[in-house]
Amino acid sequence: MGEILNINHLSKTFGTNVVLTDIDFNVNTGDVTTIIGASGSGKSTLLRCINLLETPTSGDVIFHGIKVADGGMSEEDYRAKVGMVFQSFNLFNNHTVLSNCMLGQIRVLKKSKAEAKEQAMKYLEKVGMAPYINAKPAQLSGGQKQRVAIARALAMDPEILLFDEPTSALDPEMVGEVLEVMKKLAHEGMTMLVVTHEMSFARDISSHVVFMADGKIEEEGSSSDIFSNPKSPRTKEFLTRFREDN
Amino acid sequence: MTIADMSFIQRMIYIVQTYSGSLLKGTGVTMAIAIICTALGCLIGFGVGIVQTIEPKRSASPISKFLIKFVKVILSIYVEFFRGTPMMLQAAFIYYGASQLFGINMGMWKAAILIVSINTGAYMAETVRGGILSVDIGQTEGAKAIGMNHFQTMTSVILPQALRLIMPQIGNNLIINIKDTCVLSIIGTVELFFTFKSISGALYTYFEAATVTLIIYFILTFTCSRIMRYLETRMDGPANFDLATTDTLAYTSGLNSAHVPGRERL
Repeated sequence: MGEILNINHLSKTFGTNVVLTDIDFNVNTGDVTTIIGASGSGKSTLLRCINLLETPTSGDVIFHGIKVADGGMSEEDYRAKVGMVFQSFNLFNNHTVLSNCMLGQIRVLKKSKAEAKEQAMKYLEKVGMAPYINAKPAQLSGGQKQRVAIARALAMDPEILLFDEPTSALDPEMVGEVLEVMKKLAHEGMTMLVVTHEMSFARDISSHVVFMADGKIEEEGSSSDIFSNPKSPRTKEFLTRFREDN
Repeated sequence: MTIADMSFIQRMIYIVQTYSGSLLKGTGVTMAIAIICTALGCLIGFGVGIVQTIEPKRSASPISKFLIKFVKVILSIYVEFFRGTPMMLQAAFIYYGASQLFGINMGMWKAAILIVSINTGAYMAETVRGGILSVDIGQTEGAKAIGMNHFQTMTSVILPQALRLIMPQIGNNLIINIKDTCVLSIIGTVELFFTFKSISGALYTYFEAATVTLIIYFILTFTCSRIMRYLETRMDGPANFDLATTDTLAYTSGLNSAHVPGRERL
């Protein structure tokens, strides 16, 4: 079980607004880590910093022991190995479903069209979107778009997948179909880092849970530690509502 | 029957019959200049517009940051100057300036194409910049997240979408160019407006010649605007798509068109 990602004393400020303070945690191969917490606690910013869509103000993102921001590897090479699934899908609107899943393979990984297509079809079948290869993103429902987005990320053969609230823009009926796909990936041993408000997903699927509050890691531990036996009063308070619901 | 004895309609028919060759040639020149210059102007506009939207990387060296800034300033001067002065004067300035200062006689075609293209380019540069900025930032992030660099993101994702967004504006420019080539008559370009002036000067039938020329201009612009509209719909692609299967599992919650037994709830 090697370490893939190492987040080392990461902080982020926007002007005078401190969003993340001294974030420190690791992701190992095969881990499903979920980051939970109230809106505005900095979960999404943390994920965006990890993918370098935002530049950390201080601290490091270390990938297999290499500091990414230091030029040890290019941003592009790093991102090709670290897949990301967005809340707003961000599928390429000018490409079909199939083309969305092939583009990165052809242009970034320099694969042949035939290879790229084979790989794309493999993952589109896995997420149940193979019949829709000719559709444009605008013709799909939210849940379908998100499943294509997952297939697009998987087609790059990433070592880890980041999910930024993948079900928050979906209506309850469609949340299910996306979570199904994510559960399947988790069971297959995919390394995942998931920011989510789906508490039952976090409890049932994740091997590691990070609870964030006010831009800091308030508490982290195994899923059972956090959900059955939270130590911090803030974690307890946050989870109270979820427990009442269930 | 002399011209003086003819009715309005008869005079128009007379003009069309007598000068059909000149009118056709004038129309040809006008259309050629308009189409070539709109195309060249779009190329210039895309080049300038793309450079204007480059944000240097944080890790870039100070020299390359300065270079980008410098090129951007030069390009803004170009855009502001050619948008901000009348094309008629630019034509006179460049055409006569070239022969007086440098002893270059450009010739009608070269001068006409140069002037209209760089003018269109200046307008298109701002249009392209606007088009690029109006493509959702999520598209860029989606492309970056799978490891694409700036160039790949632009060519595969952003520019095709920006092009679709600015198609109406390209159509606008084509129509403006068809009409605005008339200012080139100042440097002696024999286009449609020049033909009108020659005919009306020869026959003293201003109203009739103007009517005929007006109708020709309208036919040209109307046809072009319809063609552009057709191209826009072509770019949008089919409104529907074919499912690549008959498997019932393909019908999910998002599809309300089909009732699939046993899949009422997901």
